[in-house]
Amino acid sequence: MRRCVLFSLIALAVVSLVAAPMFAQAPVTAKPAPAAKAWTMPRTPDGKPDLQGVYSNATTVPVARPANLGAKEFYESEEEKAAIAAAAAAVAAGRAGRGGAARPAAAADPEGNGLAVHYDNGQFGLGGSSAKRVASLRTSIITGPEGRVPAMLPEAAKIIADRRAYQQAHQWDSAQNRPLAERCITWGFEGPPMMPVGYNSTLEIVQGQGYVAIVQEMIHDTRVIPTDGRPHGPAEIKRWMGDSVGHWEGDTLVVETVNYNPLVLIQGGPVSDAAKVIERFTRVDADTVQYQFTVDDPKTWVKPFSGEYNMVHIDGPVYEYACHEGNYGMANNLSGARATEKK
Amino acid sequence: MGIQSAKMRGSWLLVGAAGAALLSLAVLPSPAQAPYKAPKTKDGKPNLNGIWQANNEANWDIRPHAAYAGPVYTLGAAYSTPAGLGVVEGGEIPYKPEAAAKQKENFTNRLKLDPEIKCYMGGVPRSTYMPYPFQIVQGTGHIMIAYEFAGAVRDINMGAPTKAPADSWMGWSNGHWEGESLVVDVTSLNDSTWFDRAGNWHSDALHVIERYTAIGPDALQYEATIDDPKVFTRQWKMSMPLYRRLEKNAQLLEYKCVEFAEEVLYGHLRKQPLQGKGDSK
Repeated sequence: MRRCVLFSLIALAVVSLVAAPMFAQAPVTAKPAPAAKAWTMPRTPDGKPDLQGVYSNATTVPVARPANLGAKEFYESEEEKAAIAAAAAAVAAGRAGRGGAARPAAAADPEGNGLAVHYDNGQFGLGGSSAKRVASLRTSIITGPEGRVPAMLPEAAKIIADRRAYQQAHQWDSAQNRPLAERCITWGFEGPPMMPVGYNSTLEIVQGQGYVAIVQEMIHDTRVIPTDGRPHGPAEIKRWMGDSVGHWEGDTLVVETVNYNPLVLIQGGPVSDAAKVIERFTRVDADTVQYQFTVDDPKTWVKPFSGEYNMVHIDGPVYEYACHEGNYGMANNLSGARATEKK
Repeated sequence: MGIQSAKMRGSWLLVGAAGAALLSLAVLPSPAQAPYKAPKTKDGKPNLNGIWQANNEANWDIRPHAAYAGPVYTLGAAYSTPAGLGVVEGGEIPYKPEAAAKQKENFTNRLKLDPEIKCYMGGVPRSTYMPYPFQIVQGTGHIMIAYEFAGAVRDINMGAPTKAPADSWMGWSNGHWEGESLVVDVTSLNDSTWFDRAGNWHSDALHVIERYTAIGPDALQYEATIDDPKVFTRQWKMSMPLYRRLEKNAQLLEYKCVEFAEEVLYGHLRKQPLQGKGDSK
């Protein structure tokens, strides 16, 4: 018992060490840790931090920091956050009134994730107001002074441009020409790194002997991550979710992923055979797991980038998202295209 | 004669005694033959963690069957059906007459209808004995079973039983321990999965009770009690051993089979038909 307390004290120290650099860049930070309440890291029977449960990683924090915020990594307060958002909306509305850009980013993309809105999420109980989220004063998920993904290397940008050009010319030729998400192969947010989605931002963690399993609701994508010290699998075996192995560093689960299928995209960039993604999972209080990631792909990005958000415990359940089984849209779209050609 | 008969009687007596001794050895439990007990997890439950796989012919037909040709003649001997002893206790599935007829229809049209061909999640119990591994990750409040085929996954709630929010392909699983066995009550399965490639089927009234019991360090006995009053005249049961994948680097890989099924599902809607691949029949 005393050992557990000692471990959690060390854990707190580790967490604050990790957090310190970003605190140094921004004068005011996320809400102070509830240090006053004695919270002890719950542990699985084999003594590892217990990360198990159902979580939401829904967030209103955008992936990239709005340009007008410069290097500001945190809002001072909820009030300041609201005031800046209102000012930006007013500017955008003014522009729209003068016939300028009629799409204020916040309204067209309320989740800040680049998804075009084509469902009424509110109607299906999937809207912003119905999802439990962690309050955050972060200005962007991507950390650091830039707060956005770095520039793509020209070769990588060319891969994307070529794919896009081919797809635009042949987009309705066959199912195989449709985007991976439409084909229910991967939504693109499952990662790693796992990114919040406009809806279904639900995941579950279960820990067994020598393994941590993570199920994401999007296309029921599941990673069973060995933590028994084994190396990655053979490089010949590329996978849609990569090849993850994990280990514990103190109370943090560290997961390293390589061997991605080359058709996977991370933040719009192609994933090369040199890509390596590190994820860090740290339970920071009764309800919250801090999720941090670093993407290092020297063939795609000019430099590595990192991000961070908190996932919050929810009651669940994780619904079964039988995406492929219910993919009526695919056949309908293709038959529509064939009918159009006959006209 | 008398002597001989006495001798014979004596020897028969001997044989009888030996037989009885053998019989009692076989029947009476001795300490050495007590049922296997799995090692325990740190919280005292039988440890069923691992990567498991059936090694039988149930996915072709859960009933006893001789070998027969596959439905695509161009694939020849490579993709025909191996003979199997069956996994249904008693060998026979107690179909209602009209349900038995539908199974025959399913079999005839299996190239068009088998959900496995379409890369649909296998459902329960079929996912257990498809020829792909699955992994049990035994958490404290929940046990996850991840299947390689189609990336299907089940979350078994080990707490107070909960109700399904909706029907689904893999159903809703509430589990508990009965001595050495993990018992899982599976409800809210949809009517779109089959039991095998032979078209054995069920309705959305299917209720499955599964039992997973270790019978050795590297084997589980799997039992599934099947109840579906719309399709069967009574409950029936299938059972089979499952084997641990013993490769040192055993792991669940991806069989995201959507890619492999797209041509079957959507090929007729292509702009240009695919040339020279597959059976155009």
